[in-house]
Amino acid sequence: MSVSEKATFRSSGGVRGWFGRQPVWVRGVVVAVALVLAFLLPYAGDIPLLGPQIVTEGIDWPSALFNMSYYVLLALGLNVVVGYAGLLDLGYVGFFAVGAYGTALLTSPDSVLYADTGWKWLMAVPVALALTMVAGLILGWPTLRLRGDYLAIVTLGFAEIIRIFATSTTTLRGDRGFASIPHPPGEWGGKPIFGVTDAVPYFWLGLVVIILVILGVRNLDRSRVGRSWLAIREDEEAAEIMGVRTIKYKLWAFAIGAFIGGLGGVLFAGEQGFINSQTFVLQFSILVLAGVVMGGSGNMAGAILGGALISYIPDRLRGISLGDTDLYEYRFALFGAVIIIIMVLRPQGLIPSRRRAMELKDREKEVAPQ
Amino acid sequence: MLLEVENVTLSYGRIQALHGISLTVAQGEVVALIGANGAGKSTTMRAISGLRPLSQGTIRFDGEDISKLRADLRVVRGVSQSPEGRGIFPGMSVRDNLEMGAYTRRNRSEIDEDMDRAFTLFPRLREREKQAGGTLSGGEQQMLAVGRALMSRPKLLLLDEPSMGLAPMLIQQIFDIIVEINQQGTTVLLVEQNAQQALSRAHRAYVLETGRIVKEGTGAELLHDPAVKDAYLGVA
Ligand SMILES: Nc1ncnc2c1ncn2[C@@H]1O[C@H](COP(=O)(O)OP(=O)(O)OP(=O)(O)O)[C@@H](O)[C@H]1O
Ligand SMILES: [Mg+2]
Repeated sequence: MSVSEKATFRSSGGVRGWFGRQPVWVRGVVVAVALVLAFLLPYAGDIPLLGPQIVTEGIDWPSALFNMSYYVLLALGLNVVVGYAGLLDLGYVGFFAVGAYGTALLTSPDSVLYADTGWKWLMAVPVALALTMVAGLILGWPTLRLRGDYLAIVTLGFAEIIRIFATSTTTLRGDRGFASIPHPPGEWGGKPIFGVTDAVPYFWLGLVVIILVILGVRNLDRSRVGRSWLAIREDEEAAEIMGVRTIKYKLWAFAIGAFIGGLGGVLFAGEQGFINSQTFVLQFSILVLAGVVMGGSGNMAGAILGGALISYIPDRLRGISLGDTDLYEYRFALFGAVIIIIMVLRPQGLIPSRRRAMELKDREKEVAPQ
Repeated sequence: MLLEVENVTLSYGRIQALHGISLTVAQGEVVALIGANGAGKSTTMRAISGLRPLSQGTIRFDGEDISKLRADLRVVRGVSQSPEGRGIFPGMSVRDNLEMGAYTRRNRSEIDEDMDRAFTLFPRLREREKQAGGTLSGGEQQMLAVGRALMSRPKLLLLDEPSMGLAPMLIQQIFDIIVEINQQGTTVLLVEQNAQQALSRAHRAYVLETGRIVKEGTGAELLHDPAVKDAYLGVA
């Protein structure tokens, strides 16, 4: 056993191994405490000494937390496609865009549909999500027979098509975008819960959605669907020989991934109130993919951590000045450096999936000269 | 006839790999398919499993035309393959690999029975039940691939080079096991480089050359055929 193998083994045995061995009630308590802490995150600044180090300076902390929440959602969704089913999708932002545009089209006064619908945010949600799932199937269907690099290129093109479509069709309004997208509903003490100044409720909403997504994906992963994805990812041809209907499960992965990405877009549109074609740049897809890989592909805890970090690191850099430039300006350089360091020290990601480690080794064997 | 392959042609893009091959496998037989590298043996197996669409010809299984049937449904009908290069799921444990073999089945107690049977055929696998497939030795992976293919309770077992990469001792053993599997009632179509072993164990055999069947006969006949001896048995 080489040194790096030992290290991976120990780290994946470590905390998670401990957690897995605990009785149900201990696990329940740990999860409950983690949930409470997550909901209290907006008040992290009040922790003595440590708090001010954690919270962002150049952007208000609850907003930074909300940003993290939709990045985490995107990472969770992309993790289904890339991490579980093993389909390299470089155009994931496309689904985020479809979710957000779907919402905008149905609810914004700028939309051509507005006169007919004039819908509230909540009514638009299921329609926008259905739309993203359809987009997932539309992307999935013709690309099913493609593998690896080829699939990556096509998905890349897919996201660009959506962006260009948004830029140049009059219905989608290009740069001018859609304004006055309604916020989520709800009142508290006579005032709307989801307003324009306080981002805390949005973060909580994001958190609730994340928790639901985690539960849903976990159930899927433990079902026949998850087993099929795993088999496809590890060896597609072998999976087919075992009787896995690979086309169906790959389509499922695309549709579910799209659905989760769409959720991110719907939340995003509901919080921002405004979207335009500049919002959905390709960088976004790459960033989320970096988050998934950095956190540990094929593993929800890793995706969550990675998704949070890709949003947190740049936001945390905001407002810190070095000489007379804001460190935020260097965010991509610093970010690149962080990724390189992580990938050198922990090539399987921060929270590696033990299974993934085996698969990667297997693949190394394939390319090594016989 | 359990399996009837009739005039099958198959192409990979512009490369035609099979030029109209026909072969049959009767219920209860062990049939071997031998031929040089690139002759189209694995391609034939893929065609039967449904991994590649045919250009022409028909494949009948159990009397029904399955030429256009989806690969996963062929497994349900009773066709199972241990692929060349084994196709072990590297991140799954030995047990999970075997479970994948039973993917199309629901009856838990029957699956457990067959799991037991696989472990009895290959005691090495039982010792390594929890080990990840990717960490098994080549020979162990081969056993796992064969054991896994049996987990669907196939009527027809397709074995693509089951002796590849095995030590001489193990080659003997794996052929013994194939014969045993056959005697327990599973029909076997076997692709082999090791023509000596394959021909001496098979009831009948076909010789494939550049996508065409050029000879067929009983195992013993081909074993003593001068041309076959010359080309595939490497004996003076
Ligand atoms: N995926 C593919 N794409 C293109 N050509 C292929 C593909 N797979 C096989 N071929 C070609 O088809 C022919 C038959 O290949 P096949 O794998 O069936 O040979 P084989 O008899 O199994 O050989 P071996 O003994 O080396 O395993 C070869 O010429 C091979 O190059
Ligand atoms: Mg072959």
